[in-house]
Amino acid sequence: MRARVLVRPKQGILDPQGQAVERALPALGFSGVRGVHVGRLIELEVEDPSRLEEMCQRLLANPLIEDYEVQLDGTAPEGHASAAP
Amino acid sequence: MRFGVIRFPGSCDEVDAQLAAARVGEAQLLWHADPDLHGVDAVIVPGGFSYGDYLRVGAIARFAAVMESVVGFARQGGPVLGICNGFQVLCEAGLLPGALLPNVGLRFVCRQAELEVVTDRSAFTRACSRAERLSIPVKHTTGRYYAPEETLDELEAADQIVLRYAPGQNPNGSAREIAGVCNREGNVVGLMPHPEHAVDPLTGSTSGLKLFASVCEGDGVRAAA
Amino acid sequence: MAATAPGAPGLERAQLLGLTEPEYALIVEKLAREPNEVELAMFSLMWSEHCAYKHSKKLLRTLPTEGPRVVMGPGENAGAVDVGDGLALAFKVESHNHPSAVEPFQGAATGVGGILRDIFAIGARPIAVLDSLRFGELDSDRSRYLLDRAVAGIGHYGNSIGVPTVGGEVYFEAPYEQNCLINAMCLGLADRERLIRSAATGPGNVLVLFGASTGRDGIGGASVLASAELGVGDEAKRPSVQIGDPFEEKKLLECSLELLERGLLVALQDLGAAGLTSSAAEMASKGEVGLDIDVARVPLREADMEPFEIMVSESQERMLCVVEPEHVTAVLEVCARWETRATAIGEVTEGGALRILRDGGPVGQLPVAALVDECPLYDLTPERPDAQLYPAPSGGSAPTDAGGALLALMGSSNLSSRRPVFEQYDCLVQSRTARRPEQADAAVLLLPARPGQEHPALAVSIDGNGRRVACDPYQGTIEAVLECVANLACVGAEPLGLTNCLNFGNPEKPHVAWQLSQCVRGLGDACRALGVPVVGGNVSLYNETADGPIYPTPVVGMVGELPDALRAAGLGFSREGDAIAVIGSVTPQLAGSELAKLRGEALPEQLPAPDIAAVSRAAAVVREAVRAGELSSAHDVAEGGLAVALAECCLAGQLGARVRLEAADGLEAALFGEGVGRFVVSGPCDRVQEVVGRGGGKVVGRVQGDHLQITFGPETKATAEGEIDVGVGELGQAHRTLSGTIA
Repeated sequence: MRARVLVRPKQGILDPQGQAVERALPALGFSGVRGVHVGRLIELEVEDPSRLEEMCQRLLANPLIEDYEVQLDGTAPEGHASAAP
Repeated sequence: MRFGVIRFPGSCDEVDAQLAAARVGEAQLLWHADPDLHGVDAVIVPGGFSYGDYLRVGAIARFAAVMESVVGFARQGGPVLGICNGFQVLCEAGLLPGALLPNVGLRFVCRQAELEVVTDRSAFTRACSRAERLSIPVKHTTGRYYAPEETLDELEAADQIVLRYAPGQNPNGSAREIAGVCNREGNVVGLMPHPEHAVDPLTGSTSGLKLFASVCEGDGVRAAA
Repeated sequence: MAATAPGAPGLERAQLLGLTEPEYALIVEKLAREPNEVELAMFSLMWSEHCAYKHSKKLLRTLPTEGPRVVMGPGENAGAVDVGDGLALAFKVESHNHPSAVEPFQGAATGVGGILRDIFAIGARPIAVLDSLRFGELDSDRSRYLLDRAVAGIGHYGNSIGVPTVGGEVYFEAPYEQNCLINAMCLGLADRERLIRSAATGPGNVLVLFGASTGRDGIGGASVLASAELGVGDEAKRPSVQIGDPFEEKKLLECSLELLERGLLVALQDLGAAGLTSSAAEMASKGEVGLDIDVARVPLREADMEPFEIMVSESQERMLCVVEPEHVTAVLEVCARWETRATAIGEVTEGGALRILRDGGPVGQLPVAALVDECPLYDLTPERPDAQLYPAPSGGSAPTDAGGALLALMGSSNLSSRRPVFEQYDCLVQSRTARRPEQADAAVLLLPARPGQEHPALAVSIDGNGRRVACDPYQGTIEAVLECVANLACVGAEPLGLTNCLNFGNPEKPHVAWQLSQCVRGLGDACRALGVPVVGGNVSLYNETADGPIYPTPVVGMVGELPDALRAAGLGFSREGDAIAVIGSVTPQLAGSELAKLRGEALPEQLPAPDIAAVSRAAAVVREAVRAGELSSAHDVAEGGLAVALAECCLAGQLGARVRLEAADGLEAALFGEGVGRFVVSGPCDRVQEVVGRGGGKVVGRVQGDHLQITFGPETKATAEGEIDVGVGELGQAHRTLSGTIA
């Protein structure tokens, strides 16, 4: 099934990329923006979504410096396989 | 003393490291897919962009076949030096504490850096003295050393800081000006500066030679711990 | 012409692809029928300006290309010269202007990727990159954005692949505002006998494509981007820009060199502009053979690609090689070891046909000769414009006192320190770099030790001042060549060969044709007079927008050799008390100078003719003095004139200088006037006196203190107008403009 892993810098860790974006937006006329963080999105087709957590821990993210969030395709709740699209 | 320098797909400074190590001993390349360390006495994980730095610097290289052997070698006290990307790989592999984050300036920085030796007990600084100044170039985009505050306190207490940037010289915004750390035993060292590019007055400084020479000092290399 | 045949896309489509009606008629004649979609796409690219050089080939044939040290001349992927001890040095400069104007990061990155492939395609290991960049004025947001992203792109690619970027140049001038220039030069080293050519030979031999898979990126890039003026709506062109993957290229590089080392290849060629079409056609043409290519065997990124898309895709990081059938397995094994995809996609055939198949069935067939050699070549219709084409630069605020003018120049966009740029490049990898950027006038790269020489080395310089060429295309081009000679001399190097990239506007316009032909004439005359062969080059035309053409910009890359890198002089003053001399006798002129630009003065319509022989002699004196170890520093006087050169020597060495010049009528011209052929050298007093005696020149002062002081006339005279006294720290402050702008 289709899954998305969102990885972002852990809270409290200096995120110069996020800061650069946050500084650039007002210069373009977009005011009122705060809390910008730049992370990465990993899209995967997985047979066994229950292993995603382990994948994140071991490879997809570095838990020391990054938070991650797993999103499974559609409304299917995590851990329950649905028909692959 | 025989050095083995690992070559991953995307390594860039492996031949430089081999040439530098060959000034104080013998040196050969080790192929990432070959778990055999071929009996070398010290391992260098070189700089570059292993696996294109894709996903996260050092994240993929740590799973190379050779790395499992390097982890075993290190756990037995074998001297291991990670330079730049190699430092990142060793952190990812759990051989060194902490992680390396993008430079505060977000840009690649290549410049000569003045450094201070913090500990002289690591396998690669034994020939140096504490507070000695070294001039060694840095070149990286992801060199900002990070560890949680309590880990940093522990590192300092356990004398695990190997090099610091001299005042005003920090090129990346690293925590507590850290340029290199070692494990508790001192046999595994990770550095952002490139000592292999500081071994010949013709191409720069010569401070880096001392780091390679350190590991050759004395007998019982494996007993560095 | 007859009505379009059924199934043929026809003339109208051909014109959309950039072909003219007579060109289309000629294609129909060559094929004896109308081309189908695949064939038309292939012709449109091969007959584009970018691939066929149809407006420049006749001119380029006038350049001197031969010399005793030339190993490979124009026509191969790169030129090469003999550097002794069985080694050859391959080098080439190439443009990636239009892709960079559309997407600067990827445009610049893939420009570096392309020039690297040209070098390892002939079997040489890339050892250095230099780049030559032109943008609009720094006060424009767009220029700063382009600079920032292009520099990041160059760094991203070069740093990741482990090839040092050792030098280059950046200029900011208004005519580049909408059409920036990104030229990259690469040098490579090879065992002389291991250089490989690109001629496909041996019918029955297998054609293997290796490297990245093929996608839709850059489709039509060669014709759309490189051969037409950019207009409004550049955004729509964005999808056809190629994306670079330096990691893939790094593997491709190591893999290619290993294949060559093992002697597994008959021929090798990179895929660049016009992709598979150009590479296959060129290989077949050089070997006078035919090729069958089955597009169904090409690994694709998107499954539904049409045969014509596969044939013209400009996906990066791909190589094509010819392999004897018994070596195919070994080739695939080496590729697998480097995790590089490799696929046999066709074979060499008798006759001269390039046949495109899909699953064995023909979808196109073209005579190789027609594709490669029979594109019509056009004569230019040069016409000297009645008046200077370019408006005066917008300036006007430069201080009138000499000290203020010096500081303004040091902080001007063209003269300020390039540190914020070059610090983003790895200049150290491969452990060859004996002189880093801003340490010396030319980069110095170590060669392996050889009998009798412990530290033999190469030197390389890249130069081309478009504004000077705009003033006078003939003399300005000669100046660019001499500037390189001067740069090499300062590190003790003698020129071996030259490569160039000619960046011009639309050659179909008479005044651009005039610029181009004057420039090529100047290049030829200078090279013949100096005995330096042109071993390769690249032409980038149609660099213009509705606002007009860019400054005509020939970028000259020159390589040289020196016997002992230890003696390569730096540009900085290095010892308190050293004597300072100016070598060479040139009457400096303010017209066309950086100071004139700062003041917004109009460009002159001609420049004084440099005395090539005199400059060459002065360069030889400096070169020999450097080689003999007589000097502490050597620096050529270029943009900004003598005062700026002295200030640069002070900054590089962090030492001051006291200089006394002869009182002259034009004090300002003496300080800031330009004209190639002068050198600032320093060294022990007696040695410098000897060098002056040999070379014509004058001792002008000494290295002293922490100020740059320049006075005029006899020692006893009181302080006069036009004199300078500026602290080295203040000079350094002024010199740092760029770091405030882009970092």
